[in-house]
Amino acid sequence: MYFLHVLEAKGWYFLTTLLGGWPETAGVAAASLVFALVVGLFIALLRLSRWRLLRFPAIAYVEFFRGTPALVQLFVIYFGLPDTGFQPSPLQAAIVGLGLNGAAYLSEIYRAGIESIHRGQMEASLSLGMTPASAMRYIILPQAIRTMLPPITNFAIVLLKDTAIIFAVGVVEIMALARNLVTETLQSAVIYLIAGAIYLCMTIPMARIAARLERAKRAWQ
Amino acid sequence: MAPLLQIVDLHKRFAELEVLSGISLDVARGEKVSIIGPSGSGKTTLLRCINYLEKPTAGHVYIDGKLIGEKQVNGNYVHLSDRELAKERQEIGFVFQRFNLFPHLTALGNVTIAPQKVLGLPREEAEARGREMLTKVGLAHKINEYPERLSGGQQQRVAIARVLAMQPKLMLFDEATSALDPELIGEVLRVMRQLAEEGRTMVIVTHEIQFAGEVSDRVIFMDGGKIVEQGPPREVLQKPQQPRTREFLKHIQER
Repeated sequence: MYFLHVLEAKGWYFLTTLLGGWPETAGVAAASLVFALVVGLFIALLRLSRWRLLRFPAIAYVEFFRGTPALVQLFVIYFGLPDTGFQPSPLQAAIVGLGLNGAAYLSEIYRAGIESIHRGQMEASLSLGMTPASAMRYIILPQAIRTMLPPITNFAIVLLKDTAIIFAVGVVEIMALARNLVTETLQSAVIYLIAGAIYLCMTIPMARIAARLERAKRAWQ
Repeated sequence: MAPLLQIVDLHKRFAELEVLSGISLDVARGEKVSIIGPSGSGKTTLLRCINYLEKPTAGHVYIDGKLIGEKQVNGNYVHLSDRELAKERQEIGFVFQRFNLFPHLTALGNVTIAPQKVLGLPREEAEARGREMLTKVGLAHKINEYPERLSGGQQQRVAIARVLAMQPKLMLFDEATSALDPELIGEVLRVMRQLAEEGRTMVIVTHEIQFAGEVSDRVIFMDGGKIVEQGPPREVLQKPQQPRTREFLKHIQER
């Protein structure tokens, strides 16, 4: 079979070439995850605020970033920002773009987690003399985090796969190298399948971690 | 001597429903006051207004002569900031019907978190105090258990120890035994009785009429958001003057 013949003859070369983009893929995924974790918590706390003036921008943020394609957001940052006089590097644009986008999704995970904690927990904390902020920090969030960890891990998997679009703003990661290789050798099937396999090797362990966290959560409750 | 707790013409309205219609009440230092009444009479809401878990629609609460939950600025009453309110709540212990223990902390963790994070006590000191309080409620052997491994009665006793560790001036009990299985009620009432004997100031919302009669200096009967009748337990519980009080007590006894 021709496919197997190509795989045998060129497979190793394709694989090692594509793996050259692994640091960019993994790095952008990790950096934008951290970015999204921090910004997302901030958005979630705004969203849960008593004051409408704070809630409203958080709702608008979530609607905007969930309602428009991530690729459009990346283009606005990479090609649009220079109009304001700031030219981000491809890596900066990718991390900020995916981070801002992910924050919208994560804020909803945080919010659901925080809201799943019974109101009595906040009331007990307040009645002991805690401020709402310290109640959130010492009582609510430590409980909510256990509910939130499985969906957060699932989110990290989605984020990792979403890095496959950042070649569009010039980041040389796995997909960018795959496209170059295809242009060079015209072996689309083999090359893209190998690229897919590399992603799988990263996502499968993450999915197992998510499953384990899910079980751990049940044991505690 | 000025009363420890002073409630002045308190009103609370939820949308169209008036739950409290003008409650005024003084509680002296060391006094034990029980509040009884049918469900929906506003007992719990009154208790929650005292430490501002509910904001009263009108009226004021004073502890030791100090206004709670608000302050006067140029003659107007203004709600306190989160931080100011938190400071005042330290002095008011609240025991909930459903315990509301923190499930991610052990019994000792539940009792020491507020002394550490609110009063700023060093860990060793908070733990020494926590151990003392857990011993007081008879749970010295359960210090390292998580709430889910404790019975309802034990959980409520941890909740009481958690309040004691903050050394409040006033303790509020919101139907502290209502969520318990009958055989577990006694152990919680025993602890409450012990606190009463120590001369603490307590306001107790309860359905345990007999207990109210034994520990209280004064019993208050509430109905429809108003105080209908109050006085020494002997009078209110044995020879109630108001028909509504009589009817309620008759109902309770038939249970």
